[in-house]
Amino acid sequence: MNTALNVLRRNGLGLVAWLTGIVFFLPIAWMALTSFHSEADAATNPPSFTAGLTLDSYREFFGVGGGASPWPALINSAMASVVSTLFVLLLAFPAAYALSIRRVRKWTDVLFFFLSTKMLPAVAGLLPIYLFAKNAGMLDNIWLLIILYTSMNLPIAVWMMQSFLAEVPVEVIEAARVDGARLPTILARVVAPISLPGVAATALICFIFSWNELLFARVLTGVVAETAPVFLTGFITSQGLFLAKVCAASLVVSLPVLAAGFTAQDKLVQGLSLGAVK
Amino acid sequence: MTATASPRVAAATARPAPRPPSDRLRAWATRAPLLPALVFMIVVTQLPFVATVVISFFDWNALYPKDRHFTGIDNYRQVLTDPDLRHSVWTTVLLTVTVVLVSLVLGLVVALLLNRKFRGRGVVRTLMIAPFLIVPVAAALLWKHVLYNPEYGLLNGLLHYVGGPQPDWISDNPLLAVEAALVWQWTPFMMLILLAGLQSRDQQQLEAARVDGASDWQIFRYLTLPHLRRYLELGGLLGSIYIVQNFDAVFTITSGGLGTANLPYTVYQSFYQAHENGLASAAGVVVVIGSIIIATFALRVVSSLFREEVSRA
Repeated sequence: MNTALNVLRRNGLGLVAWLTGIVFFLPIAWMALTSFHSEADAATNPPSFTAGLTLDSYREFFGVGGGASPWPALINSAMASVVSTLFVLLLAFPAAYALSIRRVRKWTDVLFFFLSTKMLPAVAGLLPIYLFAKNAGMLDNIWLLIILYTSMNLPIAVWMMQSFLAEVPVEVIEAARVDGARLPTILARVVAPISLPGVAATALICFIFSWNELLFARVLTGVVAETAPVFLTGFITSQGLFLAKVCAASLVVSLPVLAAGFTAQDKLVQGLSLGAVK
Repeated sequence: MTATASPRVAAATARPAPRPPSDRLRAWATRAPLLPALVFMIVVTQLPFVATVVISFFDWNALYPKDRHFTGIDNYRQVLTDPDLRHSVWTTVLLTVTVVLVSLVLGLVVALLLNRKFRGRGVVRTLMIAPFLIVPVAAALLWKHVLYNPEYGLLNGLLHYVGGPQPDWISDNPLLAVEAALVWQWTPFMMLILLAGLQSRDQQQLEAARVDGASDWQIFRYLTLPHLRRYLELGGLLGSIYIVQNFDAVFTITSGGLGTANLPYTVYQSFYQAHENGLASAAGVVVVIGSIIIATFALRVVSSLFREEVSRA
């Protein structure tokens, strides 16, 4: 009895931690289970935990039995996220270089300028961007979203990459330079190997933010350039028995983010805190 | 770029050139890699905002473009006096403060739990992060249909087992319903920042305190909490910046109805549906002013953490 109490005391808080984790994860687990139920089993009260499993809702979501196919929206999302992430890296890497290795004067001020743009609410610039896009004939064009997502993620990338590049020891760069290495060689042989994992994590985080974005996509796209989150807004009003389909759709659209987020787990904090916390 | 590549060699072989033009050239060569990113940011994020400020002083309905005229601060007067708009300012404040405070407290508790060694800590951490990695619209749909639905939602399903009541969660407490969904998504964010704070504590100091016989509560109260202060501030301020801007949850769960319309939703609605460009811009500027107040403090906290890290390196 006494030992049991001791074990409980030693492991009690661990047990509480486990319970908390399970409670937070429960809605997702339930969503996953429901997505494999038939619509009739999904909409019961009390919930049917042990109903038979089926792939029907996934089949229906992907438009096998008619209805709008989600593929164009998924491809648009992939395109907007991947291309804007590439642009972000192309712009952020040189900028981070000028803010960490060969520093411009007042480099901290520049760094904080980037951060401050991230604190301006996106909604404040929405109307002029909409009017501009309308006049320039760029409404419902995925490239407009790509440009906007690039600006949305550039500050995060500059901050993160600045801190990764700052970890490259100056002595190593100097030594390479003395040995006659030119800048491209130094970048490829010295800077890249040290900063590559950080750059990869930065890319994953930019990808997540672009993939998630709804407001701009909702206002600036229509049928052609619609992204996956906009496609999901079609499920806002109930349509009879559709719970399993909602679950399947939500899960499929979230899957890339879950994968990217778990891969970059230890860099997630740094990206979310805009580089302030390592 | 090439000018910066070999300054040493140049200085050693060539005649020393103390003339300013080459200095200036070098300064520009240093600045060059920065310029594309800087110019891009100014054009894409600052210019539209300037345009918003200008439009906010016009009476401009997109359906009657010929009636466009300068009205001074009329739009602002309307934003601050119109009961609906004023209500959305209040909703924004309430939503932001509630979600940030609740998820900060929950995040602290979870971070303290996860900072201890126990079996399966990595698994629990992964389970905890998952809510933050669900696409926001999908998370809002999940809460709206799968959890809150009064007939077949999971919450009422579980209540059914214990013979509890069967409330209509969203209609009964619309704002609370939105807040709960957001707290679920943002607690992991707070937890991650605070966990990073806990792990950056000075281990020797903690050891010394323990040797001196300090209790767990004393260590928490006099060492951990003061150290965590800036991480709490940072989590609170960053959370505020993100949640002030929240659109997805309000749009999905209540479509701005039942008194849950916050400012971003109102801005969206007033120009996307009502085509009131001037009014929407004025509301947008009000959001910005609110954000600037939060951002000033946020930048101060970030810069103090940043300076600490630069000096540590």
